Amino acid sequence: MALLFLLLRPILLLSLFYFAPISQSQSAAGEDFSEELLLRPLPDRKVLAHFHFQSRTPHSTSNGRHHHLFPKAVSQLVQKFHVKEMELSFTQGRWNYDQWGGFDPISSNNAKPPGVELWAVFDVHHEQVDDSWKNLTHALSGLFCASINFLESSTTYSAPDWGFRPDSGSLRYGSLPREAVCTENLTPWLKLLPCRDKAGLSTLMDRPSIYKGFYHSQRLHLTSSKFEPEGGGSGIVLEQTLTVVLQPSSQRTGRSYSHETNLQPSWSLTSIFGRKVSGRCVLAKSSIVYLQLDGSLVAELDSLQKENKISGADKYISEGVGRNACFEVSVKPDRVLEELKGLEKKNPSVLYEFSVDKYNESRPFDLGLTWKVPVAWSCQKAPLHVSRFLMGSGNERGAIAVSLRSTELTDELLHTETSEGRCKLEVKVFQVVPWYIKVYFHTLQVYVNELPQAVSDVVEKMRVSPSIDKVSPGVMEMILKFPCGMKSAAITLDFDKGFLHIDEYPPDANQGFDIPSAIISFPNFHTSMQFLKDDSTDKSAILSKFKENSAILAYTEVLLVPLTTPDFSMPYNVITITCTVCALYFGSLLNVLRRRVGEEERLEKKEKEPGLLRQLLFKLYAKISGRPLEPVESTSTSSSSSRSKLWFIILVAGIAVFWQVYYG
Amino acid sequence: MEEQSTKPTKKHRRFWTWLTASVLFRLILIYFPQNLNLSSRPEVSTPLTSLRRLAEGYWLKQSSMSPYAGSMYHGSPLLLSLLGPLTVQRIDGLPSHLLCSLVFVAADVLNSLLIRATGQTLQIAYRQSLKSLDLDMISETMETLPSGDIAALIYLWNPFTIAACVGLSTSPIENLAVMLALYGACKRLVPLAAFGWVMATHLSLYPIILVIPIILLLGNGPDTPRQLFLLRRHAYVLLLCGVSVKQYGGLWEMFTSMYGFILTVQDLSPNIGVLWYFFAEVFDFFRNFFLIVFQMNILFMIFPLAIRLHHRPCFLAFVYITISSMLKSYPSVGDSALYLGFLGWFVYELSEMKFSFFLFCVYVGVSLLSPVMHNLWIWRGTGNANFYFATAMAYACLQIVLVVESVSGMLNHDRKLRNLSSAKLQDGKS
Repeated sequence: MALLFLLLRPILLLSLFYFAPISQSQSAAGEDFSEELLLRPLPDRKVLAHFHFQSRTPHSTSNGRHHHLFPKAVSQLVQKFHVKEMELSFTQGRWNYDQWGGFDPISSNNAKPPGVELWAVFDVHHEQVDDSWKNLTHALSGLFCASINFLESSTTYSAPDWGFRPDSGSLRYGSLPREAVCTENLTPWLKLLPCRDKAGLSTLMDRPSIYKGFYHSQRLHLTSSKFEPEGGGSGIVLEQTLTVVLQPSSQRTGRSYSHETNLQPSWSLTSIFGRKVSGRCVLAKSSIVYLQLDGSLVAELDSLQKENKISGADKYISEGVGRNACFEVSVKPDRVLEELKGLEKKNPSVLYEFSVDKYNESRPFDLGLTWKVPVAWSCQKAPLHVSRFLMGSGNERGAIAVSLRSTELTDELLHTETSEGRCKLEVKVFQVVPWYIKVYFHTLQVYVNELPQAVSDVVEKMRVSPSIDKVSPGVMEMILKFPCGMKSAAITLDFDKGFLHIDEYPPDANQGFDIPSAIISFPNFHTSMQFLKDDSTDKSAILSKFKENSAILAYTEVLLVPLTTPDFSMPYNVITITCTVCALYFGSLLNVLRRRVGEEERLEKKEKEPGLLRQLLFKLYAKISGRPLEPVESTSTSSSSSRSKLWFIILVAGIAVFWQVYYG
Repeated sequence: MEEQSTKPTKKHRRFWTWLTASVLFRLILIYFPQNLNLSSRPEVSTPLTSLRRLAEGYWLKQSSMSPYAGSMYHGSPLLLSLLGPLTVQRIDGLPSHLLCSLVFVAADVLNSLLIRATGQTLQIAYRQSLKSLDLDMISETMETLPSGDIAALIYLWNPFTIAACVGLSTSPIENLAVMLALYGACKRLVPLAAFGWVMATHLSLYPIILVIPIILLLGNGPDTPRQLFLLRRHAYVLLLCGVSVKQYGGLWEMFTSMYGFILTVQDLSPNIGVLWYFFAEVFDFFRNFFLIVFQMNILFMIFPLAIRLHHRPCFLAFVYITISSMLKSYPSVGDSALYLGFLGWFVYELSEMKFSFFLFCVYVGVSLLSPVMHNLWIWRGTGNANFYFATAMAYACLQIVLVVESVSGMLNHDRKLRNLSSAKLQDGKS
């Protein structure tokens, strides 16, 4: 077999070099790459653009370490750190779950928390998982020019058990909410694409226009089946997506103001990106642009058309889209796909498919959508609207609250389940809290419809790993079960704010610290969109992605917690003053203890003893008087008379001096 | 004697009324805990004594995790099994931690009674020694000062004690252990003394230095193998702890998370000591050095003090407690409540202490300014950490002056007694 490969290899290489377009068919068994773009008008006059690039490589070692299309850096990453699955996302802005949808595959897969989020599953022994994670963060940090290496510290990442993904054994999860996302992160990401942004759909990524948007999330998802014993055969699948929400600059056509507010803005690729697609990336297997109309939008259009008494309600599905009364698509779609009705879907959404193959430099592809009639609709929302906020004031303590509000959808969705009897709405909460937010888990309180509930009634399952100072963050995973008719619910947790060492504060300490987003998921709800019955969906990566059953989840807001700061300017003063106080204690106490009674009395005695001058005087006096010198010690015993005589002499001398000075 | 018996009963009655009044006062304060919010004051509850952390530890234990799993709880496992169940039980319409508060009130009352009994013992012993020195005239003036009652009432009515009791910190129980040790030693009850000392050491580590005064107190006692006994007690307590924490990670985890936490000053949240700010500001490479210096500073003075004050073990215990509550990692007002109570025992001996009015004024000033500065720094954000640290420094200086002056006052008193007795002897001879 190997011999055969060796023989075939030159031919394969030749064919790659000389017949580049043909090589796709050759490499169909091997590596392939596809690029797709999905555009969707959003209810709040914005447009969602979702780029989806997928590269795939088999595990055959026939090419050695080399790849034709697949980025080598990523495959090395997988091989070195035994990554089974990994997802890295750079996001700026928050996904608006109410307006942009919370119940479709894009929102559940591509709505990400602000900053950087990274999770990875490793195929190594559980003791080596942490080491692999640390190495991986450094490698990714270098690869993407981002400070992902901050996730190396054990205080920033956590090991969720079941709260984040159901099958997480050796999973590590970390996020950096503060990380600013910029073009320097996008450029390395584009480098992983075979055509970079020189050809194909990625040419649309005009930096000013995509960073001008309301939401920008650049994601890299990696699945490797290499280390599974069965060997699914898919090899490494690298999925790169860029999701942007843009505001089309409104094209004024001289309509009245009041009318214009109702009318959705018309847009085209040039108006939102400032560029056109001038042909496909020749290395791509397929290069497709989709225009998706939401299910509810389609229903709205239906009703509008019925009102206008235009016969043929499904006209917009037919080939003559350009003649549609409500809107106009500038390019004729190659195919129109309607979503197959699922169990819970009422309104199927519609997909227009445009293949970019036909277009080239001279005839660039510029898709435009022009609205003719004002139309209003709303996206399908998640079962519960989720928000998280802080309570309390001051820098000593506070509380985190997660509030859940039911949306209209909840009632509709749960009608089917109520027939089963006990209807419960399951909510899974996964929350990582940094160690300096010291959460008291025993203060967990649950409110349903604004009434306090016993925790054990609502909390189905709970796993807590409390934070350890300067070692690990606190992780809370729990499953809550609420009654279906619930209008609102809230959970609160008290915390104390920690005090850090001055070196642990970031340079802008007074800005505050971020608590990463919590993930609220709904295990009972899954979303999938199936557009084609047959297996031809395999052709399109984005459609097969839509077909997968993905759990509904929502990321909450990032919380900003201000922490008290010490005075950064005076460590020396504090050290010296404190040491002075210690020295004061030590010295004065030692001084008190050292002083002995006997010694003091001796000292007093010494004072009473005649001084040197007086001794000399004594000697002199003795010599003059001709008496023998008495020992000094004996003076005390000898007489009080001699002392009194001395005092008398001194007194007389003093009076004489006084007299002299005063009257002399 | 008959004349005297009426006077004590009157005194007794007065003591008991004051005691009941203090208990009532506490109960009233407990009933309005929301207005006071004392339990969250950094002066009252430190990471070691906070009941909230104990409740968290109990919760972790109940959910079959080690109570030391996070860095929340750092107290004793025995305390956990004593107070833990009480933190969960709630009675409708009453404050949430009522049962715990009642335990603390009981501990306070017991403390004051022990202080009183110990003080009376001390006074009797002192009077006897004076009689043996033929200094009756001093002992007569002492009659008017029942130092035991004074000490007990100082302890009970000290605002610090009340704050520690109402503020739900476990320091009344730690103080109770210390008191048991001293009382047992005074009454020559070796098992009680050993139990108290071991419990106090187990609960807060620093009372380990009280072994010297206790041995000195027991020094003339019955011929019991004291050291051996203490060791055995310690083994019992360790066994108990071992049983209660075994399923969660064993004794080593308890040691690292209790004593390691105390010795390495991991928590830098503000308290009335000076170490928190020092270790928040000190450079990391000096940290270990200064940890050793500050913890050793407590030990440095043990032997000099023991040599000079070996004839007054209770005073020695007072000095040790003051020093350790000044230099310990997480001091609280509960510690100062204890030594201020002890001060009442020596009300006669220290009557000539210098700076006593100054000390009183600074005590009042610090205890008023410290909450204000804390409020300015933490809640309003208009002050900064130095404001609060300044009051902590003032408090430390105050305690230093107290220790130094009380020691020198006691030494002066002894000197005066010796001079008097020697003068008497001389008079007797002449």
